[in-house]
Order: sequence, then structure tokens, then C-alpha cells
Amino acid sequence: MPSFVIAEKCDGCKALDRTACQYICPNDLMVLDKEREKAYNQEPEWCWECYSCVKICPQQAIEIRSYADFMPLGASTIPLRGSEDIMWTIKYRDGRIKRFKYKIRTTPEGSIRALEGFPEPSPEDLKNPLLMGEPNIMGVDELPTLKK
Amino acid sequence: MPYEAETVEIETDVLILGGGMAGCGAVVEAAYWAKPLGLKVTWVDKAAVDRSGPVAMGLSAMNTYMGLDGKVTQNPRRPERFVEYVTNDQMGLARQDLVYDVARHVDSTVKLFDKWGLPIWKDEAGNYVKSGEWQVMISGESYKVIVAEAAKSAIEALGDKGQLIERVYITHLLKDEKEPDRVCGAVGFSVREDKFYVFKAKAVLCVLGGAVHVFRPRSQGEGFGRSWMAPFLGGSTYALTLLAGGELTQMDVTFVPPRFRDTYGPVGTFFLLFKTPATNAYHEPYVGAYPDELAKWGPYDKATPVPTPLRNYEMLLAIKEAKAPPFWMHTEWVVQRFKEEITDPKELKKKLKEWESECWEDFLDMTISAATWWAAHNVDPAEQPSELQLSEPVFIGSHASSVGAWVCGPDDLMPKEYADIFPEQYNLMTTLKGLFTAGCGVGACAHKFSSGSHAQGRIAGKSVVRYAYDHQDYTPNVSEETINKLKEEVYKPLNLYEEYKNYTTQPEINPNYVSPQMFLFRVQKIMGEYAGGWETNYETSNVNLERALWKLNFCREDMGKLAAKNLHELLRAWEARHRYWVAEACVRTRLARKESRWPGYYLKTDYLKLDENERKFINLKYDAEKNEWQVIERPMIPIL
Ligand SMILES: Cc1cc2nc3c(=O)[nH]c(=O)nc-3n(C[C@H](O)[C@H](O)[C@H](O)COP(=O)(O)OP(=O)(O)OC[C@H]3O[C@@H](n4cnc5c(N)ncnc54)[C@H](O)[C@@H]3O)c2cc1C
Ligand code: SF4
Ligand code: SF4
Repeated sequence: MPSFVIAEKCDGCKALDRTACQYICPNDLMVLDKEREKAYNQEPEWCWECYSCVKICPQQAIEIRSYADFMPLGASTIPLRGSEDIMWTIKYRDGRIKRFKYKIRTTPEGSIRALEGFPEPSPEDLKNPLLMGEPNIMGVDELPTLKK
Repeated sequence: MPYEAETVEIETDVLILGGGMAGCGAVVEAAYWAKPLGLKVTWVDKAAVDRSGPVAMGLSAMNTYMGLDGKVTQNPRRPERFVEYVTNDQMGLARQDLVYDVARHVDSTVKLFDKWGLPIWKDEAGNYVKSGEWQVMISGESYKVIVAEAAKSAIEALGDKGQLIERVYITHLLKDEKEPDRVCGAVGFSVREDKFYVFKAKAVLCVLGGAVHVFRPRSQGEGFGRSWMAPFLGGSTYALTLLAGGELTQMDVTFVPPRFRDTYGPVGTFFLLFKTPATNAYHEPYVGAYPDELAKWGPYDKATPVPTPLRNYEMLLAIKEAKAPPFWMHTEWVVQRFKEEITDPKELKKKLKEWESECWEDFLDMTISAATWWAAHNVDPAEQPSELQLSEPVFIGSHASSVGAWVCGPDDLMPKEYADIFPEQYNLMTTLKGLFTAGCGVGACAHKFSSGSHAQGRIAGKSVVRYAYDHQDYTPNVSEETINKLKEEVYKPLNLYEEYKNYTTQPEINPNYVSPQMFLFRVQKIMGEYAGGWETNYETSNVNLERALWKLNFCREDMGKLAAKNLHELLRAWEARHRYWVAEACVRTRLARKESRWPGYYLKTDYLKLDENERKFINLKYDAEKNEWQVIERPMIPIL
């Protein structure tokens, strides 16, 4: 069933101007059933189990039930994504539990200003092969080229 | 009632189609150069760029990095060695000028990632942890989020000259009506609103990724979408370039990834960092087990490392010998090795804990289902081995394969014979004026991976701005009539459905149309069974391929009968169409090639050898108006 929505937990993202899961799914799978105000996966067989919807849902209403055509029932993998780390809880079919925590980024969310700190280029430089910040950013004095 | 959509027309200087790794790189670089020139940059994707493309889930390694500054734990490399490596891995065929160009820029992209906040593994001295010759380890769950944030910040810096439009599926490129070899925009539809988008531009960068689900995937039920490659990659880059009249290259060289069975967990870290032994069913190594057979593919059997298609071929040979499946990935032997090597119990405990965490991270950062597979089967990798398997063939120009567009190289590296092919010389421009590509879109330039695709996107980003700046006086010539015709074609599946849905009591089954899913099944069945899918252990031949073409032709005729019940299904209908063109291009290129150069990717049983006298690229062009295909052979010209 790939991603599924726990009916009791989903509030249809009422607090947001659009539903988070529908916004994020790279394959356009999550939709809101307007009558029930609950989201669902409209085409489970096209789901990549990428967990983008699971990670973004503010209610933690989405989980993954692995593909029934080759996975035994009973296991689960559940993430809890913070601003610096992600915590994973893995439940085995036989009940064993494993927990892991990994870094996800080293800067505050929303803080990137990609163009800042680089000098404004001139139209003349369009002709040379140097990209923003090169060559110094690579820790070398010149861009490699073939010695002819 | 015919479907009604508002037409939204957007004029721009630079149009960037696709917000994957290459698109995000292109946007940063294009914004940087466009800003002082006052040029407008418009950026479009069918999804939300925060989590679009195969990096949506994250990645656990960046597979391309040189270490030009020497600050790596091992293997600092120069572009020359990278070119040699890529050429050998692709069995002697690579556009070395393009490969070199990626290699000399990729480090600057990785340094930007570091600055933006991607957690790159480092040692105490701050050197990047290299797990192999080219791979740098990362904690990359948020890789795409970070790279997209950077690109969005660059678009924002352009103020009203920068715009990102999400959830628009691009269906066609626009051609200039006065200059037939020039591309001047694109059209597409919103999958959220009743809006038809028309983009007119001075220069277009088409970076819509590769294609999966052209060949039939291994799983046919709920797990249909768990192809190795993200199922949201439908080959638009190749289809659109082809239909606009651009030249494609190496469309026969698909990639067949050997991965953990069923869920396609990655193997790179297991092989390179953990040195995990892989065996046949009898726990004997299959790697290196068939030297005589591999010698037929000399001189590449002697290359170090052994090329990916030959390593796959060893697996196929083991299957032929009835020594597999299963193929085992002996993760538990790694633990055994630690136990033998580390005598201090405290040290050992620490090492095992670290290994367990890294081992699971590799799956959790990029193929989460593979972690669940262990849990669902009660397998602990420290105690039991897991199975490997070859997957369905995929079209990906940035991995260990070579499909894509034939593009212009950088002027200081490109051989003159290639330069003469292009109408105007701009780095990464296709054979069509004003149309550029990068990442999975560039053919004969393998092993870019995520970092190299971003770097190549940046090269293209600068190049499109330069093109738009040099052609400031140009205005696209596209008639209203053309736009209206395209709009009608784009929404036809919705109208067809409405027109006929009540003819039967069950609209799914209807003699007047075909659903995108069934149409796709037809293409996949033909490709899988005739054109070298896993169904035939990747074997095909001219008679098979001729038959495939004959059957594909019926699919092509039925393409106009695709029906869609809503905008979401319309998306599937257009993906299916784009996949169709990738299929036909692949079959035609396989027919034209009279050798088996990549035996672990596909084998022509009627040409079971490698022909070193015939080392050439096989390119393909299509004239949509005349319905004429042209095969073009291009020589392999080394630059080293
Ligand atoms: C399964 C897998 C694992 C990988 N693992 C690694 C790894 O471990 N390390 C590494 O370095 N690299 C890895 N790679 C390679 C890396 O992901 C690619 O090289 C890179 O993503 C290519 O970038 P791209 O921009 O060309 O395409 P993509 O990143 O695929 O981007 C394509 C974009 O186009 C959009 N799009 C597609 N069609 C349309 C359309 N018609 N209209 C509008 N938008 C559209 C998509 O939404 C997407 O945003 C892996 C790739 C795959 C598939
Ligand atoms: S994101 Fe969560 S709460 Fe919001 S609609 Fe989706 S499932 Fe419901
Ligand atoms: S897991 Fe990924 S592909 Fe599946 S519904 Fe969620 S976001 Fe979409």
C-alpha cells in the first residue's frame, strides 16, 4: 500500500493554505478527499516509498506499509525529522526495535543565500569557462585544462 | 463540454525546464550571470523542487569528486584520470571533452554544498572522507532540500526578473517558425489548475532527467513503482529533444544496476567503504571467475576497475552456469572480519556500533524500503547475507551509462571535428540553436552523478545566459495557430474520456480509448520481451528488434487514443507518450549497432562480439513532419 494516511490523525492540513503531502509528493500521488477532509494516496502502485510525504506531514498521519507483492507484513520504518537531525525507529516483524539518528544539515533552515559573498561578474567574463567562485573556491589557482 | 483551460503566456530571456540536480545548479549559475545583465530567468518543474527527481529521498554519497586541493582522506585525483576511468567504464566510448569539463568543475559545486549546509563526512583534519576513487560520503537525507533552497534563493535575488513555477508538466518544445533549427520555448499544463502554459524564450535549458518504466520493471503489483530509478522520471528530456529535431546519442546504452533484490538498496558503500564480499549461491566469488569469457571484451577486461557492464556480465555468466541466483552480499562476513582484526573488546564494540549505524544510514538516506526489507524479513545484516539482483534497464545519462543528447563541448577541449557539427558554438548546446541540456540529458558523458550533474547544470546555466545575452534582439516566432493546436493536443485525452466514458457501464474498459497505464504496459511488454529487458536476461537480436518496431508502431498509432479522467491522469498520459519515444529511439539505435559492446547492459545474440575497428557513437535524429528517422555515426575522438 506504500504510503497510507491514518484517518484519525489527518486533519486535512486545515492550518495551512495547502495540504503538505499534496504539495510535496514528487509523483503527484497525495490528494485530499474534500468531503472527508482527509488525504489519501490515489495511485499506490506508482509510489516510490520516498517518504517525502511522511516526513512533511505536520500531524504525523502518514506511514508506509511496504509493497504487499513482495514484503511480509508487520515491519515499519518511521522517521522523525527535526531541523538538524532525523531519528529513525525501525520495528522488525518479530518485534525487535532499532533506533538511529543522523545529521541532515549544518546550517539553519532557510538561511542559504547562494549568490551572497561572490563578486558581481561582468559580461566580458561570460566568455571564459569560470563559474561562480572559481577557481579559488576549489582551493586551486587555475581551472585545469589540457596541456597542449 | 470540452475541457476549458486558461492560456498563460510567459515571455522570458532564459527558460530552465526541470528542477532536479542539473536544474538547481543551472538556476544558481544563471541567476548569478543574469542579475547584472538584467535578464529574466523562468524556472519550471512538474513537482515541488524541494523533493523532486531521484534525490527526493536523499543520497548517502556524492559519487563524483576529484579533490583537486588534496584535502581528501584518500585518492586525490585529476580530470585526466577521471576521463580515462569513464572511457574504460563505458567500454571505450565517451565524449572526453565533456567528461573532462565536468571533472574540472565538480569540486567547486561540492564546496558550495558544504557551504550551504550539506553534512559531508570529514576526518579530524577536515578532509572529505572518500570511500573510493571518486565518492565522498554524506549524511544526505536533506540533500535535495538544501540544493533546492540555494536555487530558490538565487531566483529570489533576481526580484521580478526571477520566477519559479511548480506543478507544470512540460509536453512540447516550441520551434521558431522562421528558423526551423531553433528552439524558442515550451508548452505544458498545470496539474493543479486549469491553466495551459506557453513559455517563449531566447534560450532554453531542458533538464528533465532520465527515463525509467520504458522497460518492464521487475515488480508488477503494488511494488510497480519501486523501480530502482524514481518512477517520476519519464524521459521528457530525450523525447522533447528528439521531437524537436535534435540529435540523440547512445540511446542503446541503458544502465542495468546491480542492487539489493526487490527494493534496490544501493551497493556502492557496501562494496567500497565496507569491502563487502559478493558471491554466487555457493558462496564463491563470481567477480573474476570468468577471465576467458571477459577477455573477449578486451582490452576493457584489463581496465581497473573492471567496467560496470563487464561486472554485470559476470553475474549473467553465473546465472547461465546455474550458480545463481541467489547472489549473496555477505554483510555478515564484514562483521566476522572486524572480529578477527580487532582484538580489544571495547574497540570492537565501538567499531560494530559504528558500522551498524553507517550500514543502516546508507539505506535510510536513499532507499528506505531496503531498510524495511531487513526488518520485514527479520534479517540483521550483521548476522545474515542479503541478495543482489540485476534490475530493469533504465535511461540515465548521468550514471554508469551514456544515453542523451549530442551536445557541443567547451571550446578549449572539443575536437574540431565535433565543433563543425553545431550551428553555433555554445558549451552544452544541442544540435538545435537555443536548446541546451545537462545532467541526464547529456549523452556519452557518464559518471556525473548528483554532484557532476549539478556542476554540469551550472556550466549550462552560464552558457544559456551567454546565449540569451548574445541574441538579445531575437524574438520568438510562434503563431497563435500553433499554440492553439498544441493546446488541443495536450488536453485531448481529457476530452476523449468525456466524450466516450458513458458508452460503457465501466468507463475503464472502453473500445474508444486506452488508459495511460495499459498503454504503458504495452510498451513495457514489447521492450521487455523483444528489446533486451530482464525477461530475456538482457538479450536481443535484429529479428527481435524488428518485431519490436512492428508492434511499437501500433502503439504509436494508438497514442492519439490515450484518455484521461482528470489532470493527474493527463500527467500519466503525457509521461506515457514521452516514454514511447524513448522506447522507439532505443530500439532503432540497438538495431543500428552491429556489435555487443556492453554485454551486461544488453547483448545482441546475432553480434556477440566487440568490434574495436568500429568504435563509434550511434546517433539518431527524427523529422517529425516527414516521419523520417536518420541514423548518424560519429567517430570517437580521444582528447588525451
Ligand atoms: C536511484 C538513483 C540513485 C542514485 N544514487 C546516487 C548516489 O548515490 N550518488 C550520486 O552522486 N548520484 C546518484 N544518482 C544520480 C543522480 O541522482 C543524478 O545524476 C541526478 O539526479 C541527475 O540530475 P538531473 O537534473 O539530470 O535529473 P533529475 O535530478 O532527475 O531531475 C529531473 C527533474 O525534472 C522534472 N521533470 C521531469 N519531467 C518533467 C516534465 N515533463 N515537466 C516538468 N518537469 C519535469 C523532475 O520533477 C525533476 O525535478 C542516483 C540516481 C538514481 C536514479
Ligand atoms: S500532510 Fe498530513 S495532515 Fe496534512 S493532509 Fe496530508 S496527511 Fe493530512
Ligand atoms: S512516499 Fe513519496 S512517492 Fe509515495 S506518496 Fe509519499 S511522497 Fe509520494
